Amino acid sequence: MSTEAMKRENKSFTLKYNILLIALVIALAGIPVFVVKDAEFAGADAKAEAAITEINPDYQPWFSSIWEPPSGEIESLLFALQAALGAGFIGYYLGFVRGRSKRESEKND
Amino acid sequence: MSKRYQLLLGLTLMFVLIPQAAFGMHIMEGFLPPVWCISWGAIVIPFLVMGLFSIQKTVKENPRLKMLLAMVGAFTFLLSALKIPSVTGSCSHPTGVGLGAIIFGPTAMTVLGVIVLLFQAILLAHGGLTTLGANTFSMAVIGPLVAFATFRIIEKAKGPRWLAVFLASALGDLLTYVTTSIQLALAFPAETGGFMASLVKFSGIFAVTQIPLAISEGILTVLVFNAITTYSRKELKSLKIFAKEA
Repeated sequence: MSTEAMKRENKSFTLKYNILLIALVIALAGIPVFVVKDAEFAGADAKAEAAITEINPDYQPWFSSIWEPPSGEIESLLFALQAALGAGFIGYYLGFVRGRSKRESEKND
Repeated sequence: MSKRYQLLLGLTLMFVLIPQAAFGMHIMEGFLPPVWCISWGAIVIPFLVMGLFSIQKTVKENPRLKMLLAMVGAFTFLLSALKIPSVTGSCSHPTGVGLGAIIFGPTAMTVLGVIVLLFQAILLAHGGLTTLGANTFSMAVIGPLVAFATFRIIEKAKGPRWLAVFLASALGDLLTYVTTSIQLALAFPAETGGFMASLVKFSGIFAVTQIPLAISEGILTVLVFNAITTYSRKELKSLKIFAKEA
């Protein structure tokens, strides 16, 4: 087999493998939603708040957030923004280095 | 500046800033008594100082690494924004610090972790400014240290690279939340059963929720790490840990 064909073979193996791994991540997050019944899926931090009040009913939070998103919608907007910024840069970086390595390998040929 | 000097500087700052009176997913704003807030904050300082010097050194030696550094920062930024449902019926988010800790060392991630935590504390009312020290300690000190150590141990034992990356990031993620549970149990020991009873309770909330998320983080880190090793071989080679590779 020529090296070119081997490379292609290798690439499709990696692609299959990557898709499988991504599917696994989606399953790990998706399955609990359907399997765990009657769950609120609140944040673990909210549950911890309740646990603290249970252990020490007199505890009063002594400081509150300096600013809170006025609504759940705005909060999710900000979370989405954070994820978008992160994912955006990751995409930019991977595209950049991929293009660069392709250019370099073409130069070597 | 030598490593020893950096550590000394960090430790000095830590002792100067520790209050005299104190003998001694992130924790919510105001939910940790002041003594603990300040103590955890002080403990974090040496790591932060060493991290700043470590980043400065990395960038100075090879300015091309700046992009890769921003990339591992973006990975933490992304992963800590994803609140994912878990088997316990509640949600939590991964931390994403393992990737950076493997590539740039644990203290560099302390710096990047603080930036993420600050963003979330100020803009999202998630975590908090008073609990910043404690949360930095769990997510940006213990997490990266565990990830870094795990990676090195498996590499030394000649284990496969993907396994090293997977276990490093998954354990770093999980141990972050075990640390959070310990921190809360220390601050809130139960009346009957004390520290241990509280630890079981908080672990049940944080650590168990985190198990599937830690596995997810491990997989995602392997994916991104593979992409980096394929396309940024040059940058990786200029780093000490991967220097030997052809």
